[in-house]
Amino acid sequence: MAELADVRRDAPTTFTVQQIKQLQRESRRENLGRAWYKFSRNVLSVVGLTTVVLLTLLAMFAPFVAPYPKHAGPFTDFANAKIPPSWEHPFGTDQIGRDILSRSIFGLGSSLLMGVVVLALVVPPGVLLGLVAGYFQGTWTDTLIMRTTDIFLAVPPLVLALAVASVLEPNLFNGMLAVSLMWWPWYTRLVYGLASVLRNEYFVTAAEITGASTAHILFREILPNTLSPIFTKMSLDMAWVIIIGSMLSFVGLGEQPPKPSLGTMVADGARYLPDQWWIAIFPALTIVVVVLGFNLLGDGLRDMLAAEGV
Amino acid sequence: MSLLTFLVRRVLHSVFVLLGLSLVIFVIARVMPGDPARMAVGARAPQWVVDRLREQMHLNQPLAVQYGYWLGDALRGDFGLSLVTQRPVTTDILEFFPASLELVFFSGVLSAVGGIGLGTLSARYKDTWIDNVVRLFSYAGVVTPSFVFAIFFVLIFGFALNWLPIIGRLSEQVTAPPAVTGMMTVDALLAGQFGTFLNALRHMALPALSLAMGSIAQEARITRSSMADNLSKDYIASAQALGVPERIVMGRFLLKPSLIPTVSILGLDIAATLSIAFLVERIFNWPGLARYGMTAMLNKDLNAISAVILVLGAAFILANILVDLIVAQLDPRTRLRAARSD
Repeated sequence: MAELADVRRDAPTTFTVQQIKQLQRESRRENLGRAWYKFSRNVLSVVGLTTVVLLTLLAMFAPFVAPYPKHAGPFTDFANAKIPPSWEHPFGTDQIGRDILSRSIFGLGSSLLMGVVVLALVVPPGVLLGLVAGYFQGTWTDTLIMRTTDIFLAVPPLVLALAVASVLEPNLFNGMLAVSLMWWPWYTRLVYGLASVLRNEYFVTAAEITGASTAHILFREILPNTLSPIFTKMSLDMAWVIIIGSMLSFVGLGEQPPKPSLGTMVADGARYLPDQWWIAIFPALTIVVVVLGFNLLGDGLRDMLAAEGV
Repeated sequence: MSLLTFLVRRVLHSVFVLLGLSLVIFVIARVMPGDPARMAVGARAPQWVVDRLREQMHLNQPLAVQYGYWLGDALRGDFGLSLVTQRPVTTDILEFFPASLELVFFSGVLSAVGGIGLGTLSARYKDTWIDNVVRLFSYAGVVTPSFVFAIFFVLIFGFALNWLPIIGRLSEQVTAPPAVTGMMTVDALLAGQFGTFLNALRHMALPALSLAMGSIAQEARITRSSMADNLSKDYIASAQALGVPERIVMGRFLLKPSLIPTVSILGLDIAATLSIAFLVERIFNWPGLARYGMTAMLNKDLNAISAVILVLGAAFILANILVDLIVAQLDPRTRLRAARSD
């Protein structure tokens, strides 16, 4: 308290715009530093972050990292089919002689790509609709938007995603589209809940009185206060989208062969259980590890933001 | 009184949601590239057959009119013929639904018993190795997709240990009991065939467990944290101080309020297992509604797809209402709030 008072006494009573911006930047950097400190205190969160970063790098540089990059395409080598895990092939080879480690790395890439694309397609419209419905709570706009989300939330997302994907041509892009179509209502509902509380805050009223535009109120006053829950949900949703994506490709509605995808690899490998167990098990474990990584990261983010009191 | 108003409002809302869902399904089915009439008769049928069928299916009329016809038929329980089985979709659904219901019911029992049991254990022995093992298990359960569990179970319990069957509902040498409900275990008990009942139960073990794993983990996490929260409340301390037996404090004072969040999530999870069943039934060759739906999807059988989704949606909504009613029974605060708002 004493320190604060000292600062006040010495500080100039008026600030230039540059000075205010500078102070804002400093406090933001300080907050970020404190947040990172809290995050890094939890071993599991750091493990999650490391896993996610490593796997992302692995997937991005797949052509250089994978021991047999050619095996991710239409490649057959029946002489080396169904080799159990060994030094040359740490995950073994599949029924037509392709290296499973290489294919898992490439498959990981399409899983991550799916997560990123789906979230990029889903979050902006979902958040926008939630903001609008929450701010105009009680109007027909609110009713229209929220009753529509009710309809989409009435069925588990997997079922509608499967239906849409099956109706379209089966490929990775349509799989992403199908999942995206079913996913936006979750963000709308999340942001709606937050925005309908925030609209009654004094800073929103103040902005309204000073004649700020609706766009300003939505994006500059309300949106910044909803970001932390949104980011937490995004991290946890990466895990969910990867799971749903692997389920789609497990039944053949995702990336089409010969391109590798983890779900398809598990489905193919399941036919060779129990003798060639590695064909199904290693791609399955890859899914588990990447999903685990995003979950740990998401939980870490949530704990960190909860500690910040937002 | 207030509960009745609440119920009426929920049912009206559900009807609206189902109507909306039917519109979504109709759009999905019609957006599809290709002519539904041509697909129904096959590529080699002459054009005039297709034209006549288009007329019969009202495909030459505006989409809004088509939706009207489709909805009218659906309300009468007529979803048309399935392309795959060549039978009315409604007949198919009535045949396959009991198998799924049976599976989902047993997986629900497993989730409730397993989740609440493990969660209670974890909270009771908080911060000991038991707690850590349960938490580790919960984490594994949440991050592993059901079909991966299914494959691990097949490998471990089916092949390596050879304990449990991995395909179908009954062993080949066992004759099925006369079909009454369509649920194998119930039918076997009705016919008084206890051996058949056990056989059916053994067949159900792995698919039901694969379905339940995710929700066991989820329920264990929620029960643990909610019990841990309530454990530090004053009324527990005062009960203990007054010398109320530990068994009663744990079983009656602590468990009931702690189960409220568990029950609400459990209900939704059980309803959601109907969707995970799409993969699990396929792996275990379980002749249920989800496997039927999956086959329909892979064959672009539009009538069957629409009907299956609508049935699942209705089941999901029904489950939601049931959960709300149960929570209202468990939690007097919800009832009071409902009464006050009226």
